[in-house]
Amino acid sequence: MQYLVSVVADKANSGTDEEMAAIDAFNDELQREGYWVFAGGLADPSTATVIDNRGDEAIVTDGPFLESKEILAGFWILEAPDLDVALRLASAGSKACNRKLELRPFL
Amino acid sequence: MEEAIARVHRAEWARVVAALVRRFGDLDIAEEAAAEAFATAVERWPADGVPANPGGWLTTTANRKAIDRIRRENKRDDKHRQAQVLYGDDLLQSLGVVDDERLRLLFTCAHPALSMEARVALTLRMIGGLTVPEIARAFLVQETAMGQRITRAKAKIKAARVPYRVPSAEDLPARVSGVLAVLYLVFNEGYLATGSDTDPVRQDLTAEAIRLTRLVRELLPDDGEVVGLLALMLLTEARLTTRVSVSGELVPLGDQDRGAWDAALISEGLRLVRERLATGSAPGRYQILAAISAVHTSAGDAARTDWSQILALYDQLASIDRSPIVALNRAIAVAEINGPEAALAIVDRLETALAGYHAFHATRADLLRRLGLDRKAREAYDRAIALAGNVAEVAYLSRRRDECTSTP
Repeated sequence: MQYLVSVVADKANSGTDEEMAAIDAFNDELQREGYWVFAGGLADPSTATVIDNRGDEAIVTDGPFLESKEILAGFWILEAPDLDVALRLASAGSKACNRKLELRPFL
Repeated sequence: MEEAIARVHRAEWARVVAALVRRFGDLDIAEEAAAEAFATAVERWPADGVPANPGGWLTTTANRKAIDRIRRENKRDDKHRQAQVLYGDDLLQSLGVVDDERLRLLFTCAHPALSMEARVALTLRMIGGLTVPEIARAFLVQETAMGQRITRAKAKIKAARVPYRVPSAEDLPARVSGVLAVLYLVFNEGYLATGSDTDPVRQDLTAEAIRLTRLVRELLPDDGEVVGLLALMLLTEARLTTRVSVSGELVPLGDQDRGAWDAALISEGLRLVRERLATGSAPGRYQILAAISAVHTSAGDAARTDWSQILALYDQLASIDRSPIVALNRAIAVAEINGPEAALAIVDRLETALAGYHAFHATRADLLRRLGLDRKAREAYDRAIALAGNVAEVAYLSRRRDECTSTP
C-alpha cells in the first residue's frame, strides 16, 4: 500500500539547515526500514506552468492552477502495510521537517 | 418473540459483525450481511423458534449472505485479509487484552484518523447495532446525512487501509483513550441531551454507553481508565431520575432527592472506585472524575459533602489535564471552601477560553447571585441561556435569572 505524504507550508524551499539535516536522517531511516519509495522538495508555486491540451491546441499559462496561502512544498511516497504504520512514519516526518503533513492513500 | 430477538440482537450483533469483518476484511459487507441475517431471524424465528445457538445461527446465515454478495459483485475477499497483521495471543495477553474480534472492530471504528462525529456514528452502528435512523435521531441529524457520514467513514477505512487489529503496545494507551472518549461523548449526549424538541435526558444513549463500556472492560480488564469511566458513568446514571423535576427543570446536584438515587448503581460504582484505589497506581482523568463522583454520592445529604476532598481531587485532575473546563469545575469546589468571591476570581480568568461555553456563564451567574450582584448575575444567566442546548437546563437557568430581582 502506498501513501502520499504532502508537506503543507506557506513557503517553498524554506527549510533551515537543521531541518534539512533532520529530513536527511529521516529519509535514511525510511530507506533502511524499506518504507521509502520517493521524495522530493518542490520549487515555489510561482514557477509553475499550467498546460491544457484538451482542445485543438495546447494552451500554456503561467502560474499555479490554484492560488492558496498554504502550498505543497514537497512530498514523500511511502510504502506501508496500513494506515497506523503510515501515521507513525508521517508523524516522525512532520517532526523532522518541522511542517504540517497531509497523508493520503493511493488508489 | 420480539423481545427475544431484541435480546439476541443486543448480545450478538457486534460479535457477528466483527467475525464478518475478520473474514471478509470489509466493513460494508459485514454490516449489510449482519443486518440481513437479523432480518432473516425476524422472519423465521417466530415460526421455527429461536435456535439453540442463536449467535452461531446468525454468523452462519450472515456468512452465507456475505458470500452471496461477493459472488454477485465478483469481489475477492483475500486481498484485504492478507494485509492484516495479527498479533499472537501471547502479546495480547501480556498487554492485558482479551483476544476478541469485537475489540479489533472497536479500535477500527474509533480510529483517530476519523472525525469524532464519524467515530461516534460508526461505533454505535457497528458495535452498538443501532440503526442509521436511530443514530440520526440521537444526534438530531437528517437520516440521509447520517447515512452519508457512516458511508464516508467506511470508505475512508477501506481506501486508507485503517487496520483491523489491536494497536501496538506503544499506541495502546492513546488508542484506548480515543475509544473511551467516544463512549463518554455518547453518555454525555444522553445525560444532557441537546435540542429543543428532545427529552432533556436520553436514557437510551446513557444505557447504550454503559453497555458498550462494560464490553470494553470485559475486553481490557487491566485498564484502569476503562474501570474509571465505567464507575463514572454508573455513579452519574444513578442520579439520572432525580435530575429533572416534574415541571421539567434541571435539578442541581445539591437539590436532588438523594433517597431516590439508584442504590445498586451507586454501590457498583463505589466498588469499582475502591477497586482502583486499592491498586495504588496513578489514576487517569476518568478515575479521578469517578472518585469525585463517589465523594458526592457518598454524602447522605448535600450539606455533608466533603468539599476539601473534592478540591484535592480537582487539584490532582488539573495537574494532568490543563483544560479550562477542569479549572471551571475546580472553581465550583473552591466556592464551597473559600467562598464565591475566590471562585469568581478563578472563573473570570477563564473567560477568553470559555466565552462560548454555556456552563462557564451558568457557573459565573451562580457565583454572582451568591454574592448578591443580581444585575451582573442576570446578564450572565442571559448568556448561559442563549448558549445552553438542553431544555431542562434552560428552564432552570430562566427561573434562576427571574429570581435575580434586586438592583445592584
